[in-house]
Amino acid sequence: MIRRLLPHPHMTFLVIVVWLLLANTYTLNSLVFAVILGVIIPLISAPYWPDRPVIQRPLKIVEFTLIVLWDIVVSNITVAKIVLFKSNKDLQPAWITVPLDLHTPEAVTVLAGTITMTPGTVTAELAADGHSLLVHCLHAPDPDEVRDEIKTRYEARLKEIFE
Amino acid sequence: MEMFWDILISGLLVIGGFFGLVGSYALVKLPDQMTRLHGPTKAATLGVGACLIASMIYFGVKEDELSLHELMITLFLFLTAPITAHFIAKATMLRDVNRDDLPKPEGDVDWAVYAPLSDTAASELDEVVEIHELREEEARQKKRVEDDYEGEVDDTVPPRP
Repeated sequence: MIRRLLPHPHMTFLVIVVWLLLANTYTLNSLVFAVILGVIIPLISAPYWPDRPVIQRPLKIVEFTLIVLWDIVVSNITVAKIVLFKSNKDLQPAWITVPLDLHTPEAVTVLAGTITMTPGTVTAELAADGHSLLVHCLHAPDPDEVRDEIKTRYEARLKEIFE
Repeated sequence: MEMFWDILISGLLVIGGFFGLVGSYALVKLPDQMTRLHGPTKAATLGVGACLIASMIYFGVKEDELSLHELMITLFLFLTAPITAHFIAKATMLRDVNRDDLPKPEGDVDWAVYAPLSDTAASELDEVVEIHELREEEARQKKRVEDDYEGEVDDTVPPRP
């Protein structure tokens, strides 16, 4: 019964939160409407979400988010320094391949998005079989180090969360 | 206390403006398409982020109302910016990047932009064509069997001149 009414509980929760934030008023009125939307939208769109990502350890998400936010601030400053004080001919852009241990599409998407949002690295492409990412670095004298950092810092944590 | 909030809010706005400026300057200064792509991701994260935090503090402290829809801007930005960057990178790889400069992925596959058969639409089309050919083949066989049957009938009663 619950499963049929709420085919996608995470999405219901997300819709409620997003609606409350968009309305920007926290009254019973908007909460009721948010709950109505949160029930109807997942019901209608359920056929488009055949697989649900299984989140193994929800608390790890908080840790992951904090680490990513911290890295964004730190790498923003390093990249700003590179842009302002390094001449173009000293710049060493590099393409690197990151082999993936993650297999669920949601986890790979989150990893690719994280790499792009941290300044200095951009995810350019996925391999045809989905087992490697192509990452472009703005300035990487040691490409292997960047790859290892992505693997240990982000991928290992995402693996714990999703798989 | 009033003073403290003023300084905090203006400090955040200055940081946001500074990183926005550096991001735009990166677009002008950096040498090629792929490195230029790094500019906007910078402006979009810390630049916009600092302005949004300033806005949240301003409305919370000065106007005495809880304002959290700035978080929504962050969320939408984090959803859309990587996708835009990804598509610009894909287009650049097809147009301007020399394929031999790129490292190879693990295994004996290529990157998805260069592998025409990895395109779902194309492979689905192949399947449709295959099914169609199978059906035609079946129809042909059926017809042949029918023809043979007719032939047998003809054999039992041979036409006489």
